[in-house]
Amino acid sequence: MAPELAPRPAPILALDQLQVSLFTRRGVLPAVDGLSLTVAPGETLAIVGESGCGKSLAALAVMRLLPEPPAKIVGGAVRFMGRDLAALSEREMQRVRGRDISMIFQDPMTSLNPVTTVGAQLVEAIRRHTDVAHGEAVNRAVELLRRVRIPDAERRLTDYPHQMSGGMSQRVMIAMAIACGPKLLIADEPTTALDVTVQAQILELMKELQATSEMGLIIITHDLGVVAEIADRVVVMYAGRKVEEAPVEALFERSLHPYTRGLLGATPSASRRRGGRLVDIAGSVPGLAELPAGCAFQNRCPDVFDRCRAERPMLAPLLPRRSAACFGAEKELSRDAAIVGA
Amino acid sequence: MLASTLDFVRRFARNRGALVGFVLVLTVIGVALAAPWMFPRNPLRIVGRPEIWPFTSWRYPLGTDSLGRDIAAMLAYGARTTLLIGLFASLTATVIGIGVGATAAYLGGWVDEVLMRCTELFQTIPNLIFVLTIVAILGQKIEYVTIAVGIVTWTPIARLTRAEFLSLRDREFVQACRAMGMGNFRIMLGEILPNALPPVIVLSSLVIAGAVLFESAVSFLGLGDPNVSSWGRLIGDGRTLIRTSWYICAVPGLAIMLTVLALNLVGDGLNDALNPKLRDR
Repeated sequence: MAPELAPRPAPILALDQLQVSLFTRRGVLPAVDGLSLTVAPGETLAIVGESGCGKSLAALAVMRLLPEPPAKIVGGAVRFMGRDLAALSEREMQRVRGRDISMIFQDPMTSLNPVTTVGAQLVEAIRRHTDVAHGEAVNRAVELLRRVRIPDAERRLTDYPHQMSGGMSQRVMIAMAIACGPKLLIADEPTTALDVTVQAQILELMKELQATSEMGLIIITHDLGVVAEIADRVVVMYAGRKVEEAPVEALFERSLHPYTRGLLGATPSASRRRGGRLVDIAGSVPGLAELPAGCAFQNRCPDVFDRCRAERPMLAPLLPRRSAACFGAEKELSRDAAIVGA
Repeated sequence: MLASTLDFVRRFARNRGALVGFVLVLTVIGVALAAPWMFPRNPLRIVGRPEIWPFTSWRYPLGTDSLGRDIAAMLAYGARTTLLIGLFASLTATVIGIGVGATAAYLGGWVDEVLMRCTELFQTIPNLIFVLTIVAILGQKIEYVTIAVGIVTWTPIARLTRAEFLSLRDREFVQACRAMGMGNFRIMLGEILPNALPPVIVLSSLVIAGAVLFESAVSFLGLGDPNVSSWGRLIGDGRTLIRTSWYICAVPGLAIMLTVLALNLVGDGLNDALNPKLRDR
């Protein structure tokens, strides 16, 4: 077994066996199935996975913004600074949202209200949770816009969202998200809708903002380039379950789960040999209604063997600070250990 | 703000019909406001010989009715009644309609079911009979007529508001507002409503026209407020003399027709100006 984890500061957020189910006509589907993870102060956690793997639902569950019905938290705990968010009332939750935990969304162009000015929306975000006069809030709004590097901040306050570019809008969204100094920021595909050059700027901005505060950051993405750029630790999800967790360098160096390897193989990078082909993962994600017995990845896995079809692999700490849910990886690592031991 | 207002005015004025309608409505408003100065005495007072034809007397340019009351004075004061009822009935209908539609769409589920079935119930009741019933129960006062007309005309506004809210409710900015910690009420009124308002304003302006017609019908049938002058009542009073002195019916009839037409034209113009899909046409 791997040695115990190095001591780390108490986490801001700890998901403990979170279960989110979708109540549909075709039955109750486990969209997020026993997800556990932690985020420490100042840490950036990336949640990676294909569309429909449950990463966005997990984030919405933390915010208690799941579309109910059909989605519902059916088990587990969402511990934020020691409190279980899943047990709070809606009114209590409204005080947490925006003040303690903020969230930014995929498409900045549609995340701002089209009929009010950017300034009014920022002021609203500030005054929602802090008791300041209007004039003071306006000053803070200008300062926030400067912090997210929007030039000519005073003049921008009177702009409507349609007068801004995508990158600008996402900066405004970030400004609104950090307005009350949250302890945790959840960014759901924050750069997916943006140009590549703007993406890099936004990621840079988020890193910068995080460096000056002890804010924890969860980035949800399917782009491993973004992960390499910003994350400290990575959680890989597949069909509602966590299949691998590792520090970012370790993951890129050697991934334990064949799904992670597949994702890495499908990502272009500068270090790859020119003309080298990208490898895709064969097949597609099984529907939640028709998950096979055993490992959910068995039908797409290049290294599948009999045990994978019969038994579901449990998440196991295979190396220091990393874990994976894969029988193949377990076998391979025990072989390595035997060689080292011999 | 100024630029967008100018833009709105320009788009509205591009529709010639709307401009004509707007001028007509302004005229009616002007007459209504000026009535106490033009005709300082009670318009329902008998002033002269009955049945003076229009354009035959300097003192009574639109003639007198069967009792010898000045038609021009009654018309001017009738404009007040008509506009007040139209405006406040439309306001009542809009408030009820937005309240019901917005609540139904935003909360969804059984609330939506119940409210929409209620709306349909109201739609199945014949409008005029419903208005007459309410007025008969509450009494023949101008306030009650207004409320009655409001109660029968809110249903299309509720349905339109619900449709708008349904399409806006799941937009990302609403989700973003919830992520900021806003409550349901705040999001409904402060964030979604301003986005849903343009088509509702257009419909409300058309409801004013409908309300004018309702008021005329109620007064024509003699169920209007007996103490105020009204166009519908003038027609009702004049109908017995329609073979000989048809102008008694024709003059207020023309006024109703032109006002309703003007209100509809304004509604169309608002639609052109507020509907982003028609903006560049």
